[in-house]
Amino acid sequence: MHDLAPLCALGGTDPAIETLAGVTLTEFPDLALASVSARRGSEAACRAHLKGLLNSAVPKPGRAVFKNPEAAFWIGPDQWMVSAPHASHADLTDQLNSRFLNTASITEQTDGWVCFDLRGEGVEEVIRLCANIDIDQMQTGDAVRTVVHHMGVYILRLDPANALRIFGPRSSAKSLHLALKTAMGAAL
Amino acid sequence: MSQKNRLDDGLIDRSETFSFRFDSQYYKGHKGDTLASALLANGVRLMGRSFKYHRPRGVMTAGSEEPNALVELRDGARKEPNTRATTAELFDGLRAESQNRWPSLAFDAMEVNDLLSSFFAAGFYYKTFMWPAAFWEKIYEPIIRRAAGLGSLSTRDDPDEYDKGFLHCDLLIIGGGPAGLAAALTAGESGARVILADEDFLIGGRLNLESHALGGMSGPAWAAEMGARLGAMPNVRVMPRTTVMGAFDHGVYGAVERVSDHLKVPEDGKPLQILWRITSKRAILCAGATERPIVFENNDRPGIMQASAIRAYANRWAVTPARQVAIFTNNDDGHRTASDLVAKGVDDVSVIDTRTDAPSSSDYNVIAGGVIDQTWGRLGLTQIEVKMPRGGIRRIKCGALGVSGGWNPNVHLTCHQRGRPVWNDAIAGFVPGEALPMGMTVAGAANGVFSTHGALKTGADAAKGVLSDLGLTAKTLPLPETEDAPARVTPFWHVKTAKRAWVDQQNDVTAKDIKLAHQENFRSVEHLKRYTTLGMATDQGKTSNIAGLAIMAEVAGTSIPEVGTTMFRPPYTPTAMAVFAGRARGTETRPTRLTPSHRWAEEQGAVFTEAGLWLRAQWFPKPSETHWRESCDREVLQTRKSVGICDVTSLGKIDVQGSDAAAFLNLVYCNGFAKLPVGKVRYGLMLREDGIVMDDGTAARLAEDHFIVTTTTGNALGVYRHMEFVRQCLCPDMDVQLISTTEAWAQFAVAGPKSRALLHKIVDDEFDLSNAAFPFMACAETTICGGLRARLFRISFSGELAYEIAVPTRYGDALIRRLMDAGKEFDVVPYGLEALNVMRIEKGHATANELNGTTTALNLGMGRMVSKKKDSIGSILSERPGLTEADALKLVGLKPVDPENPVPAGAHLMTKDAKATASNDQGYVTSACYSPNLGHHIALGFLKAGDARLGEVIGLVSPLTGINHDVEVVSPHFLDPKGERLRA
Repeated sequence: MHDLAPLCALGGTDPAIETLAGVTLTEFPDLALASVSARRGSEAACRAHLKGLLNSAVPKPGRAVFKNPEAAFWIGPDQWMVSAPHASHADLTDQLNSRFLNTASITEQTDGWVCFDLRGEGVEEVIRLCANIDIDQMQTGDAVRTVVHHMGVYILRLDPANALRIFGPRSSAKSLHLALKTAMGAAL
Repeated sequence: MSQKNRLDDGLIDRSETFSFRFDSQYYKGHKGDTLASALLANGVRLMGRSFKYHRPRGVMTAGSEEPNALVELRDGARKEPNTRATTAELFDGLRAESQNRWPSLAFDAMEVNDLLSSFFAAGFYYKTFMWPAAFWEKIYEPIIRRAAGLGSLSTRDDPDEYDKGFLHCDLLIIGGGPAGLAAALTAGESGARVILADEDFLIGGRLNLESHALGGMSGPAWAAEMGARLGAMPNVRVMPRTTVMGAFDHGVYGAVERVSDHLKVPEDGKPLQILWRITSKRAILCAGATERPIVFENNDRPGIMQASAIRAYANRWAVTPARQVAIFTNNDDGHRTASDLVAKGVDDVSVIDTRTDAPSSSDYNVIAGGVIDQTWGRLGLTQIEVKMPRGGIRRIKCGALGVSGGWNPNVHLTCHQRGRPVWNDAIAGFVPGEALPMGMTVAGAANGVFSTHGALKTGADAAKGVLSDLGLTAKTLPLPETEDAPARVTPFWHVKTAKRAWVDQQNDVTAKDIKLAHQENFRSVEHLKRYTTLGMATDQGKTSNIAGLAIMAEVAGTSIPEVGTTMFRPPYTPTAMAVFAGRARGTETRPTRLTPSHRWAEEQGAVFTEAGLWLRAQWFPKPSETHWRESCDREVLQTRKSVGICDVTSLGKIDVQGSDAAAFLNLVYCNGFAKLPVGKVRYGLMLREDGIVMDDGTAARLAEDHFIVTTTTGNALGVYRHMEFVRQCLCPDMDVQLISTTEAWAQFAVAGPKSRALLHKIVDDEFDLSNAAFPFMACAETTICGGLRARLFRISFSGELAYEIAVPTRYGDALIRRLMDAGKEFDVVPYGLEALNVMRIEKGHATANELNGTTTALNLGMGRMVSKKKDSIGSILSERPGLTEADALKLVGLKPVDPENPVPAGAHLMTKDAKATASNDQGYVTSACYSPNLGHHIALGFLKAGDARLGEVIGLVSPLTGINHDVEVVSPHFLDPKGERLRA
C-alpha cells in the first residue's frame, strides 16, 4: 500500500461542502471513472459486457444507468463513462479491461474530472443560471453534455430527482465550483 | 414640497412613502411610483436638457419609449447614466441627477446652442468640420463632445453583479397586457409550458393605465387576478421587470430581467440583472402600441406629452402634470384622456381635434378642426395658441398638453430577423409583415388591433393556433366583456407652418432637418436616418420614426410605405453592457486551469504565468533573489548540475487505442510510427493538410494497440479536435478510439544528472531504472511509493538525463512533496517555465515560437522526418513549390559577436552591413534567452539557407527597440549536440 495522500480537486484533503437555502453542493471525490469505447466490429460484444456489468440495458444517448457499485452514462456513439466508488474500485480500469478484453478500449478517467453533487429543492433554478439545458424536462437517469461558464460538463439527474451530479474538468474545479456556488447565491 | 399634483386613487401604495432626491431637491413619492410619476406629482415638469440644443425638456411618455426624461440614476460607482425616469421604479433614498446641463438644469449655459440653431441643421458637422483635417481629433471633437451628449459614466468598477441564464418553454409571450394575458391563460390552462414576460413591474400593460372595465372588474383588478392565476400555475413562469430585447435565430430570444433595479442595493449574492436566453418553440408578440405625437411649433416644452401618457399618469399613478390640461388629437383616443382627467377631478380640460367632425363633449371643451400654432413657457408649458378652423388664434392657458397622433404597433421584434412591416391604412400605421421570426405570431395592438376586446380575442386565438401547432388541445376560456371601440383616426402628421418643430426629441431632429435632407438629395430612408440622425438615439425613434417618414413622404410627393422603413435591431431598449458580460469579469472572464502542484507551488512563493487557461509556475524565487533572472539562472544551473523538477501536466495527453492505433498515428504524424516497439516513445511531428507544421509531441506505445500521445500545452485542444476529425471523417473504417486524459494524470519532468538517483528512491524496487533496462525514449507502466500506479517516460526536453513521471492527479500534490523531500540530498530544485525555456533553447528544441503556423518540417531542420515511405497528412503539400526552395528558412542558433549584447526575439536578420530593409531581410529571431551555462545571450531563429551558413556573421536589427549589431550563425544545439547527456 502506497503512502501518498490524495487531495480533492478543490485542493482540500476533505471534500468541500456548501449549503444554502436547503440546497447542498458537495464535492464528491469517491469516484473511479473509466471510459468504455467499443472496438470497431465488437460493438455488440461490448454492449453485452456492459449490460452484464450493469445488470441492465446499456444507457442510450442522453441517458445514465445507476447501479451499485457500477453506474454508466452515454458519452458518444458506442462510448460510455463507467463509474464506481473509488474506495473499492481504484483499479476500475483494470477491472473493466479484464471484463471487456478486446471488445472495448478502456481509459482511466478517474482524475480527469471533478464531481459535484447538487442536491435539494430548487436545484433547477441554480442550473438555469449555469447551463443552457432544459432542466425541467430532465428526468432521473438523463445525462447531458453541456457548458457551464465555458467549461464542458456532464450533468446527470439522479434518484431522487432533486439531486444532480455534475462532472467538470478537474483542473478547472475551482472555477466550476465558484460558478455553481455563485449561482446558488443568486438563485436561491 | 408637497405632492401638489397627486390625485385620488391610482395603483400606488400610499401607506409607503419614499423620500428621494432629484438634483439638489428632496421630494416624496410612494411605492408603485416611477421617478417620472413622482416628479410630476411634485409639480416637476423639467427633467432634462436636449442632446444638441440644450432645450428644456420634460417627460413625454409613461413607458420605455421615453426620449427626453433621461437622468443619471444613483451615485458613486453605481451611477447609471441615461436612465429613463419613466421606467425607474421609485425606492426610498433614490438619487437622480439631470444630465447634459451646466451649471444647473434651470439655467444651462449651453442653451446658447439653441440661439445658434440655424447653424446646427442636419449635416452641420459634415459641412463645417471638414478642414483642416488635423483639427478634428484635437479640437473639434472634444468641443463637440463637451457641448452635446447625454449622461456621464462614473468610470469606476460596477459593484453590482450580473447573471446570464437559460430558459426553455413551449410558448414565450412577450408583453403582459390584455392580449398577452389572454394568450397566457389559454396556453397555461391547456398545459403548455409558458413564459410571460413584461417590461413593467406590474403585469397588465395598458389595463393598468386605462379606466375601462372588464367583466365588471376594473382593468387593473382583472389584470392582477389573472396575473395571480398564472403565477399559481406550475407550467407558467410570469416574469415582470423583464424586457424581451431581441429575437434571435431558431426561436431564441434575449430578455433582461431587472432583478434588483428597484432596490437601493441588491440583496447579498443577488444579481442586479439577469440576461436570459429563452429557447422557445413558439412566441406570441403582444408588445402593444406606442402613441405617436403630432409635430408642431415648439412641441417640446416640458408639459407637452403623449395624451395617453397623461391618461396613464392620472389613472395608474394618480398624478396630473398640471391642473389645466389641453389635448391635441387627430383621433378618438385623445378624447379618452380628456374624459379620464375629468373623471379624476381635473376639470379644466380642452381638446383641440384636427378633425372637423370631432365628437363633442359636455365634460370638456372641444375645438374641432383646430391645430396648435404656437406654445409658450420657457421651462414649462404655460400657454398654447390654437389656430381656429375659421381663422383667428385662440390662446389657452395650460400646464400640460397631451398629443395624440394615433398609435403605432410595436413591431420592433418582428423586424429582428429582417422582417419588414407593412402599411395599414385603417390605422395609418405599420403592422407586422409576413416574414416574422421563426415561430412568432403577433396579437393585440402590436398587430394593429387596438380595442381591449380585440386584444383579448386575438391573444387567445393566437394561443390556440400555437397549441394546435404543438399538438396540445386548447381550452376555450370565457373572455370578459369589455370595450371594443373602433380606431378612428384621420392622419395628421405635422403643422406645416411650423418652423421649429421637433420630430425626434432625443436627437433634436426637426421637421426642417428632414426637408433639408430631402433637398440635399438624401432621399433613401436609410440616408435620411443617417444624415439627420432621426431614430438613431437610444430610443430607436419609437416616438419619432413614423412622423419623420410622413414628412419625408410629403416633401417627396410619395406615400409613407413608399418611403419605407429603416431596420429595427436588438436591443429593443437600451441594455447595460455589464449584463452581456454576466459573471465573466476580471479574473473570472475565463475559467482557470490549475496544475496538480499549484497549491504546493503557491506555498513556495512561485510566480505564475498564463499558458492558455493554465496557470503555470514561471519561476520559484528564493528570498534573496530580487530579479527573475537570478531565480531562472539558478534553476537552470542546478538542474544541469544535479536535478530539477517541473510540473508538465498541462501538456496535452490523448489516449489512442484500437487495433489500428499505430496505422492511425502513422497517418497523423509525418514520421513513421507503425514500427515503434512497445515500451518506446518517439518524437512526432504533425502537419496540417497544407504541409505546415501543426504541432509536435511524443507518442508512447504502452501496448500493441495502446498509445499515449502528448501535445504542446497550447495546442492540446486543437490537436485532439484534428485527430477526432481524422478518425471520424477521413478514416471512419479504422478501429481506433481517442479520449483526452490531460487532466487525469499529474505529470512531472525530473531532469538532470541525478534524476535517476532521485527516481530510484521513488519508483518501487521491482522496476529496473538502469540505462540498459530503461534507456532513452523508453516508457513503462509501473508503481511508486509502495504501490501507486504510475507511468514513466524517459524523455527529455531539457537535454539532460530526464524522465517524466505521471500519477493519478489526486496524488500529484503528494508526489511533488515526496520528490522534493527525496531530492534534498541532491539539492533538487523546482523549475518554472522560464528555466524550462532556457534549457530547451540551449538544446535547440522547438516550441510554439518556432511552430508558429508558417513553418514547415524543412524550416525546422526536420525535413527528412517527413517520411516518403508512407502517406501522411500534409506530406504531399509540404513539398509544394515555395516551401522547398534552396534558400528556404532554416532553424539556426545565434550568438552575439559581442557577448554583452542581447539577441532579442522578434529581431530580424540582415546580411552583414546590408541596409535594414525588407528586401534585404534574411530571417528572424524566434526564441531568445540568457544562457547561464554559456555566459551570454543565445537565440534560435530562421535564416535563409541557414544550415549552410554556420559560422557566418550577420546583422541583427530591431528598429523598434533600436538594436543593430552583429551575431554569429551557429548550430541550434548550443549544448551537448551529440545528446550524450540525455542518453547517460
